[in-house]
Amino acid sequence: MDTVTREKYEVVIGLEVHAQLKTKSKIFAPDSTEFGNEQNTQISPITLGMPGVLPVLNKSVVDMAILTGLALNCKIPNRCKFDRKQYFYPDLPKGYQISQYDEPICIGGCLDIKGKRIGITRAHLEEDAGKLVHAGADGIAGSNYSLVDLNRAGTPLLEIVSEPDMRSSDEAKAYMEELRNILRYIGVCDGNLEEGSMRCDANISVMLKGSKEFGTRAEIKNVNSFKALQRAIEYEIERQIDLVEEGERVVQETRLWDDNLGETRSMRGKEDAHDYRYFPEPDLMPLEISQEWVERIKETMPELPKAKRERYMSLGLSEYDATVIVEQPELAFFFDEVIKLDANVKTSINFLTGEVAAYLKEEKLSIGETKLTPENLVELVNLIEKGTISNNIGKQIIFTMLKEGTSAASIVEKQGLRQISDEGAIKEIVQEVVNSNPEQVASYKAGKVQLLGFFVGQVMKETKGRANPKTVNELLKEFLD
Amino acid sequence: MITVKDVEHVAKLARLELSEEEKQKFTKQLGDILKYVEQMNEVDTTGVKPMAHAFDFVNVMRDDKVVHEQTKEELMKNAPEEENGFFIVPKIG
Repeated sequence: MDTVTREKYEVVIGLEVHAQLKTKSKIFAPDSTEFGNEQNTQISPITLGMPGVLPVLNKSVVDMAILTGLALNCKIPNRCKFDRKQYFYPDLPKGYQISQYDEPICIGGCLDIKGKRIGITRAHLEEDAGKLVHAGADGIAGSNYSLVDLNRAGTPLLEIVSEPDMRSSDEAKAYMEELRNILRYIGVCDGNLEEGSMRCDANISVMLKGSKEFGTRAEIKNVNSFKALQRAIEYEIERQIDLVEEGERVVQETRLWDDNLGETRSMRGKEDAHDYRYFPEPDLMPLEISQEWVERIKETMPELPKAKRERYMSLGLSEYDATVIVEQPELAFFFDEVIKLDANVKTSINFLTGEVAAYLKEEKLSIGETKLTPENLVELVNLIEKGTISNNIGKQIIFTMLKEGTSAASIVEKQGLRQISDEGAIKEIVQEVVNSNPEQVASYKAGKVQLLGFFVGQVMKETKGRANPKTVNELLKEFLD
Repeated sequence: MITVKDVEHVAKLARLELSEEEKQKFTKQLGDILKYVEQMNEVDTTGVKPMAHAFDFVNVMRDDKVVHEQTKEELMKNAPEEENGFFIVPKIG
């Protein structure tokens, strides 16, 4: 699409995010919510929807929903209740989903992204459905049945509905990322998009810039990565603008994102299923949430990502570093311990976002699974700050520390890595290097000054990287110039 | 008043296939039920708060504890068909 046409339009995006709450047991049944176990081993008569069973609400679910609501600046109404949402699908054993219709647990909040405030309409509790496994997928061609695993059925979900306040796929992504950060920091959801513990439906419409009335929206399902969210939105923008430009109209419908084909597809034919005939769930009593209850939960609120970022920046971190570390809660908690031990913040953060983060990614570990302790990192940072070892040596031994839990000082002593800062000792080596490379010296003097790096390298080789780089540079220039 | 169209719609949502005869029968039956319940509208409810339940209980909750009482085998006994520990249902999609 040409940019002129594209520029005429504005996109309007609202997101519905389903967050699986990290409880041990299901929302209305005592079955385990663990992920990835053998099919149908986490079920009970309640989960199967057998006659005569009674669902009982899990108190932790309510606590987590209140905590989330508070973190998202929502109001927690004094009263809320549960409703039945009726639809027939084999992953829903009862023939209805227990949800909250007109009296949700959280209302009217907001979340800030990059200086913009995104409204949150509401957040309500509901139960997850089971999983359908299509028998055809594993090679049984022409199979005429599907398989159902109900382990996930009844897992608590908090559906967080935003206002249509986002105006670009970047904003939608930023909202999703910040929401994920918050959910992880308050410990209610592990935010794993690929495993589906956090899922997102996007409501997208386009309108002419400056227009006051939103266009007809399409609801996009099945976006399960940040990248897919952005791609799906970009695709929808173009599809809808094309329709409008050709004088056709956008149909209000649900569309499925196909990540392989990179397009959305209409789920037409399922439209009339959207008659959910909600009514109050007779098996569950309403909730009355007192101010005291809310206050009790409020007291457990940890530092939120935004406050954490701002605190790190006030310590001298760049916005980039602060953002990177806050996106990794475990690393941030580790960093908080390091800060308490009064280490140089900049050097510490460089290790954490550099070598440590790279190692964790490579080995697929979390920081808690390595042997590195905040105390050991601080000792290493202090050795560098005092000039006992060079930064480069530090970057080498951090890996031994991660793997073996050894203290920095003991590695330095054992391997003789102490930095040579004694000018006399370095001078001798510099002299030697200059003497044994007459050709390079001649080229350098003839103006090829970039050869300085070569000389530095030679000195470092002689000293096994232990020479103080600043002293080496100074002395080399003295000898060569 | 309930019409045949309403019955067809509800039957479709419930994935039920009804014969013409059944449609007529259910239209009348459902209509009668609604008419019966409609008598409730004769009661003066001025000043009465809407309620979702007949009882006054609130906050009925349990602790977040995993309890595993029945085995998978017991629970799946009633399944008309199963395969490798999955329930079998007609092909979807």
